[in-house]
Amino acid sequence: MTHLEITRRSFIVTTAAAGGGLMIGIAMSGPAQAAAGMMPNPWERATAKEGQEINAWIVVDPDGTTTIRVGQSEMGQGVFTAMPMLVAEELHVDWKMVKVEYADSNRHVRNNNLYQRMSTGGSGAVRNSRVFLQQAGASARERLREAAAVAWSVPRDQVVAKDSVLTAGNRRGTYAEFATRASQVQLAQEPAIKQSGQFSLLGTTLARLDTPLKVNGTATFGFDVKLPGMVYAAVKVVPVRGGKLTSFDFNAIKGRPGIIGAYALKPVGEQPFATRIDEGVAVVADTYYRALTALNLMPVVWDLGPDVAINSREYKARLTEAVKLPGAVGRNDGDTIAAMKTAAKTVEGHYFTGYDSHTCMEPMSCTVSITADRVDVWGGFQNPPGALAVVAEHLGKQPVDVYSHTTFLGGGFGLRSRNHEVRQAAEIARQVGNRPVKMLWTREENERQARGRPAAMSHLKMGLDAQGMPIAFYGRFAGHSAAAQANPTAVANGLDSGTMNGIRDHRYKIANTLIEGHIRNTNQNIQAYRAPGYEHNLWHMEQFMDEVALAGGKDPLQLRIDLTKDLPDWQLVLNTLKQKSGYRRDLPKGEGMGVAIGESFGSIIAMCAKVSVSRRGQLTVEKYDVVVDCGNLVTPAIAAHQMQSGIVYGITDAIYRELTIDKGAVVEGNFDTYPLLKISQMPVVDVHFALAGGDKWGGMGEPATPPAAPALGNAIFAATGKRVRDVIINQADLSWT
Amino acid sequence: MALTLSVNGRNYTVDVEPETPLLWVLRDNMGLVGTKYGCGIARCGACTVHIDGQVARSCATQAAAAVGKTVTTIEGLSPNSTHPVQVAWTELDVPQCGYCQSGQIMAAAALLAKRPRPTDGDIDAEMELNLCRCGTYQGIRAAIHRAAAIAGGAR
Repeated sequence: MTHLEITRRSFIVTTAAAGGGLMIGIAMSGPAQAAAGMMPNPWERATAKEGQEINAWIVVDPDGTTTIRVGQSEMGQGVFTAMPMLVAEELHVDWKMVKVEYADSNRHVRNNNLYQRMSTGGSGAVRNSRVFLQQAGASARERLREAAAVAWSVPRDQVVAKDSVLTAGNRRGTYAEFATRASQVQLAQEPAIKQSGQFSLLGTTLARLDTPLKVNGTATFGFDVKLPGMVYAAVKVVPVRGGKLTSFDFNAIKGRPGIIGAYALKPVGEQPFATRIDEGVAVVADTYYRALTALNLMPVVWDLGPDVAINSREYKARLTEAVKLPGAVGRNDGDTIAAMKTAAKTVEGHYFTGYDSHTCMEPMSCTVSITADRVDVWGGFQNPPGALAVVAEHLGKQPVDVYSHTTFLGGGFGLRSRNHEVRQAAEIARQVGNRPVKMLWTREENERQARGRPAAMSHLKMGLDAQGMPIAFYGRFAGHSAAAQANPTAVANGLDSGTMNGIRDHRYKIANTLIEGHIRNTNQNIQAYRAPGYEHNLWHMEQFMDEVALAGGKDPLQLRIDLTKDLPDWQLVLNTLKQKSGYRRDLPKGEGMGVAIGESFGSIIAMCAKVSVSRRGQLTVEKYDVVVDCGNLVTPAIAAHQMQSGIVYGITDAIYRELTIDKGAVVEGNFDTYPLLKISQMPVVDVHFALAGGDKWGGMGEPATPPAAPALGNAIFAATGKRVRDVIINQADLSWT
Repeated sequence: MALTLSVNGRNYTVDVEPETPLLWVLRDNMGLVGTKYGCGIARCGACTVHIDGQVARSCATQAAAAVGKTVTTIEGLSPNSTHPVQVAWTELDVPQCGYCQSGQIMAAAALLAKRPRPTDGDIDAEMELNLCRCGTYQGIRAAIHRAAAIAGGAR
């Protein structure tokens, strides 16, 4: 027995459980959920009652419960807490009465991008939404005050709004009482929003609203979506990007239990690169395990295509050759070549970082339901309107007839920003026909369809004067360009804007800088990573700056301070690091400290890593001190967690992770061959804020990743005298005597 | 074939191939989706449950092997998130994306059942196979110590 009722914002499901017994709802209610401030299905309203919408972001229920809608996707970075805080700061709502839900992407599309920013990336949730979210809160607050002023026949400036209560003299009313009238108020002028220094809620630590759902297993991730009559799809794509599906033998598996069908995945028409389907095959069954088992047993013949000769070693050699040659000019200050000739000393460093995958703990998934009058799609989308658009385009539907429902994301890091998996799921659902399909990737598919970090190489050369100060910086870069891959004609001068991030935009005061680049692509698919460009290029740049300092007889931290004297925010960060970290270079051999700094996504972050390395080369990462200037803080605990997160991400990649390409295909597939950092290897992380304040608002999700790896590399050198330049640390011999 | 399994104090009869991993039976047949898939080879811990009180990786445990035993999943760890591990996790706001956290919590609960006052070394050893890409390890370590204190009567 199944019964399905789709309302505007909620899905109420009653279905007989396959194992017997009755499951009611994907949305269960209970004390833990009530405390959570949101539903386990975060696209649903947290209260059943009809509330009064004051504006698109704010709904006040009769009991005063206030729902604040969130346009950004929750992938661990805390937007379900930080975004409503920006509204609540102005709304003067009682925080205990705040509930959250995702903004409706269909409404966003129908109403001319109503929620302004519904794509999550670029560490932009706070800094790119802050003004309009504060404005939404302030405008609603003033309408509430005005409604009360009119009712009480007093001037609006005599009405105080505080903790969801309006007062004027001895008159008192709640937001709930005035919500309907407030929604009808016309203001001659929208109120100004608060600025740095005027905040009372921002800057304080509040409990995350999603935590209660994440300690009892109820938070719904893309993998967990459940619909009546739903079937499960397992997929396998051609192991070599650019290859094709030749044939598969469905007869070999069709008699197995629960099997519904097997379907070819082929690109249809002209699909943009970002969401183009890799050729492959899907098997659909009544449970995922049956689908997956049958898929693995089904004979499949591939045409591996033209790129079967590509392998990591050959590609690295191509990059090595490329950086020997002058390239397209990305930055040219002064006359570097002439200045280099006058240098008393030169230093050169040659660095490489390989392909890598995001490895979200939750592999990719997407669920699609196609009915006569509408299409619904569920998943962990970093770009829900994009998911909606891809589905509409693929199925030939009007966007207004497509509803994308964003779940919790089991990690994002850029992987879930392009919606290529959404097209794949839509294509399977289209072929299956009239029943919902949940498509799940195995860990192996997740790594091998990676679309992760590009490989990159830098050859960096610095000329020093007689005092050891840098006078000429000549950098040559070669690597894989996502932009060029997506649209070769968009890269007119042989460079793209992001691939050289972290080198081309270095902030050091060096009179002469020449940066050149070469694009060298392979068949691997590349897209946004955590801090694209910066993530790999600071491994090159900030280790090189240590080499420069030491060659010139300088203290590496002091040189960074001396080269940024005209950047007050950098001075604050670096001097704070000097003070907090106790950075020193006189530790016994086998112990070392290393520093690195980077500015990305509006935030300046400097780190000091402390390591020990045994004589046999066993590395222990003991401690990180982190100093961050993100200008202003929304909530310190979440910010500090993002610093820890960025460090773990950065050092995991530096120690363990380079995807091996062999015969055109990714070799690694699972944690046995492609590890993550373990709890036993986690350094102690101390976070220090050195905030510039004012109008500066920096991102938090990405900027801590890039400096983590070079700080580690510099600490390893300090401990061992060994510089790891062009391999993952785990492959380097760190032994010493 | 029909298997009867005891999960969270309730008997479920499911029609599955006996070699089906317990993970998928919990998720697809019983609707208990709090237990997560991460790797399928017992190397990430997202699928951690208790079988007769011991940590088990449900992705690499055949359903038939759990017949006649007591299975506990995150949904059955406590009513209303009152297990000391859940209380400590909430106090310290440990989760980020949250996907690995069911497994982390189940592993931590089993550790505390065995060692009520675990050392950092105990935590390293017992939590070694529970991976977290968000990097919540510092919070996990602190929360395990806090849970031990709560279980020991601290406020």
